[in-house]
Amino acid sequence: MKCFTYTQKLVVALLVMISLSACQSAPQSLYQRVGEQAGLERLVDAFINQIGQDDVVFHYFKQTNVSHFRTGFVSHLCDVLDGPCQYDGDSMVQIHTGMNINEHDFNHVVDLLIAAMDEVGIAHPVQNQILAKLAPMRSEIIKI
Amino acid sequence: MKWFSALLLLVLSQSALADGKLLATPGVSQIEGSAGGGIVPWAQLAGYASEDEWALSAFCSRGDVKNYRLDVCGVQANLFDRIELSYAEQDFAVPALNTNIEQDISAIKVRLYGDIVYSDWPQLSVGIQHKSLQDGTVATLVGAEHTSGNDVYVAMSKLHLGALNGYNWFWNVTGRYSDANQVGLLGFGGNHAGKQWLLEASTAVFLSREFAMGVEFREKANNLGLGESHWRDVFIAWLPNKSVSVTAAWLDLGSIAGVDKQTGWYVSITGYF
Repeated sequence: MKCFTYTQKLVVALLVMISLSACQSAPQSLYQRVGEQAGLERLVDAFINQIGQDDVVFHYFKQTNVSHFRTGFVSHLCDVLDGPCQYDGDSMVQIHTGMNINEHDFNHVVDLLIAAMDEVGIAHPVQNQILAKLAPMRSEIIKI
Repeated sequence: MKWFSALLLLVLSQSALADGKLLATPGVSQIEGSAGGGIVPWAQLAGYASEDEWALSAFCSRGDVKNYRLDVCGVQANLFDRIELSYAEQDFAVPALNTNIEQDISAIKVRLYGDIVYSDWPQLSVGIQHKSLQDGTVATLVGAEHTSGNDVYVAMSKLHLGALNGYNWFWNVTGRYSDANQVGLLGFGGNHAGKQWLLEASTAVFLSREFAMGVEFREKANNLGLGESHWRDVFIAWLPNKSVSVTAAWLDLGSIAGVDKQTGWYVSITGYF
């Protein structure tokens, strides 16, 4: 069998690239990719469940009103992940001031969030993009 | 040292004391004992200690190429994610000469700035690896000037979350000031060149939380005039939890002591406490 010529291979490669970029030309927001409002609620419920079962960081949440936290975090995520929401709750600095969260415990909460995302079946690349959106808030959360 | 590292490895992989970093962010253990890839020291410090913790780790590695074999075992301590201390013993087998070359490496690395995940700029560290051959006969024979030496390096690294279509992308660049011949196994310095800055680099993509695939490059000087080649590898690392990591790689070490086409395999395991 005669192999494809170099030019033919190039054309195929170009077509593949174009079709891939066509897929990307109508990008879904992260909000849509996690399943919109219902998906966010599932995620936050799984996250609350993870925290509730955790010995390391549960004490930070002892005084927390769970339904207030749930509503606030869903709305915050909706805003940060480019959903149709405007988070108007307390700022990250206001919420975390006085908690003195250290590096270890912050990363432990990240681990719990990842576990929650695994639990509700959020795909690995989407998880990373969510973490990329949240990571810059670290300086407004730890050691204050 | 080997049995000690192996024992420590076994003990360490059973439990974790420091776990304040995110999974996989310490990297693995490179052949000179520093946290890194396989052949390049990275800016990250060994172990999962955050700034409030200390950590211990131990590793053993084997590189097996056409005419040589390198076995390394070592231990690492991480003090508050600021200072890394390490000690490694290398055993380089040269079957053709029916001999083994042994080298000890004591090293320190200091993190100057940043965090590979969170800081705006890459994490930056400096380190020194003090290397000493137990028997300098072969090194002297091939024309090396010294049988011990110090490598000084500056490393910077960054993990970009979701950067490659949602997959995490890691890179590290290291500049090393060294006159080591074949990482010091053939001594230090020579007639053809002396101390100079050498470029080393690694990059990897995380296919999942646990698996990373990457490539490395290490520039080598030709101090002895024996045609020492730059080193390259392609690796896959498995980091299933914060207690253990396993790395496998394909090596292309080029020419070693005048014998070319030194390609082969590499495996490494690190246990964290």
